[in-house]
Amino acid sequence: MGCKIEEVNEFAENIRRDALALLYHAGSGHPGGSLSCADVVAYLWSEELNYCGDSWQKKDRNRLVLSKGHSVATIYAAAGRSGLIDPAEARSVRKINSALQGHPHIKDTPWVETSTGSLGQGFSAAIGMALGVRHQEINSHVYVILGDGELQEGEVWEGAMSAAHFKLDNLCLIIDYNKLQSDDLNENIMGLEPLADKWRSFNWYVQEIDGHEVSEIESAVNKAKSVSDQPSVIIAHTIKGKGVSFMEGVPAWHGSVEITTEQLTQALQDLGIESGNMEAYINGDFWK
Amino acid sequence: MAISGNKELTSSNSPALIGAAGDSMREAFGMAITQLAEQYPKLVVLDADVAGGTGVHHFRDAYPQRFFQFGIAEQNMIAAAGGMASTGLIPVVTTFAVFCLRAYEQARLSVAYCNRNVKIVASHLGLDVGPDGGSAQTLEDIAAFRAIPGMTVISPADPFEMKLATKAMLEYDGPVYMRTGRSPIRRVLDADYQFEIGKGRTLRDGSDVSIVACGVEVARALDAADILSKEGILARVINISTIKPLDVDLLVKSASETGAIVTAEDHNVHGGLGSAVSEVLSQYAPCPMEFVGVKDVFGESGEPEELAEKYGLTAPFIVDAVKRAIARKGGC
Repeated sequence: MGCKIEEVNEFAENIRRDALALLYHAGSGHPGGSLSCADVVAYLWSEELNYCGDSWQKKDRNRLVLSKGHSVATIYAAAGRSGLIDPAEARSVRKINSALQGHPHIKDTPWVETSTGSLGQGFSAAIGMALGVRHQEINSHVYVILGDGELQEGEVWEGAMSAAHFKLDNLCLIIDYNKLQSDDLNENIMGLEPLADKWRSFNWYVQEIDGHEVSEIESAVNKAKSVSDQPSVIIAHTIKGKGVSFMEGVPAWHGSVEITTEQLTQALQDLGIESGNMEAYINGDFWK
Repeated sequence: MAISGNKELTSSNSPALIGAAGDSMREAFGMAITQLAEQYPKLVVLDADVAGGTGVHHFRDAYPQRFFQFGIAEQNMIAAAGGMASTGLIPVVTTFAVFCLRAYEQARLSVAYCNRNVKIVASHLGLDVGPDGGSAQTLEDIAAFRAIPGMTVISPADPFEMKLATKAMLEYDGPVYMRTGRSPIRRVLDADYQFEIGKGRTLRDGSDVSIVACGVEVARALDAADILSKEGILARVINISTIKPLDVDLLVKSASETGAIVTAEDHNVHGGLGSAVSEVLSQYAPCPMEFVGVKDVFGESGEPEELAEKYGLTAPFIVDAVKRAIARKGGC
């Protein structure tokens, strides 16, 4: 089963453009981590979820939980491109009376699978989903994306122990390892290394990849699906703010920040939008 | 390094019961949830290594495939319960009340904010915990859990009501926090007693004052009413086993008819049943109120009855509170 790498790459670029435009119209939010996980989200969304119509409601759907909920713009971008969001809502993220909350919330966007925004909890909820479907003999893979700073939450290690104990081979964790958290480098806040060894010692099947290389994402996800009696973790090495010159590796773009029109224009140029095609993004018509 | 193992490892530790089987609310809960398992095939039970203390060892022994051991890790357990519920299961999460507080934010976000059909059933409440002391004696849980939007909060009065409430909790679709209880407790409710979420019940009629109680304090409220009747004071006793949503109609009617209210709970007087009742009555039927409960202090080791005496939860304290409330009638 070969993935269409060019298509996923293009989807990822569109996710980045849309995510930044969504945050621009929101007037606040978290661009850095939304950009770093865009390739992973693009791959999982197009190859593992592949939602069509109401297919996200099927009991045996694969599930994706964004435990690093502050990067929700990435998920909204993928969902918007998949027809799950009314195009007119592109300007409503983080606004009052909007379906598109500042962090994933199942109330009006049930396809986010669980509400997140408090780090660590989406991981545990995903563990519960993997246990729940297995208990009911439902064939479903559960994917969950965690940030690196999120790994500092004690709950994550409670979950790590439990998923291995329960031998949840239908669970695949992807760590968006962009090395930066809210205020500074992980290593200056609370060091994570040796990270792969930590997960190995918790009895997880561990893979490390370049989280921006779709072919590596594809092969790691496929490998994870073939592992038995062990949960899988893919440590995806990424760049915070990936694709936007002035955001890459700059902690200030973690958020929550306001993106100016000039910054959006520059960012979209970095992401391959011709100056003549800026208008739809700046007007909020990019899903129409 | 030589590592020596235990020579006689035993699994499935069952507790040394305090009192006879079935006479504590945790035992009643554990047996009820086991009896209901066939009727509710989606029901699963989650434990954090305290099954012997919460009563769900009965379920574990009868339905091992539907019993999930999460280890001593309550935050993960409660958030995972939310995920399990999203797949159509009815997770019943059990641990001591104080560890529910430890996972309070998980109950808030992954259960209530998601409106998951998760039931959190807590044992080891209040001074009723006894010898384990202040660290385990949870006096804050009603306040905490009733502050979560959409969370139903139940505290049955005796083992019989516990059985009825357990079934009602499973029948209800939505998040629930329910208190059981550690110590042996006498039965106070009749065989024809009906439990309904959101409904209080008048257990004894009276016209001079209403004593509104929950949990272990219901028996003490009935005792207080007996003492008062010998002095010519007719006390109505109301069991408010659902603290949220509160039976507003019953409370307003009782306040209007008796003109004075005394609440009684094995909980801090701040934020619990008394606060919930006063929130309602101050709006719709203001009258003199007195609050029997723990006065904003932590507990300590001791037997439950000794602690109830020391911290002012026994029937004589309710009697005194009733007299104070009645004395203020007409003056407010």
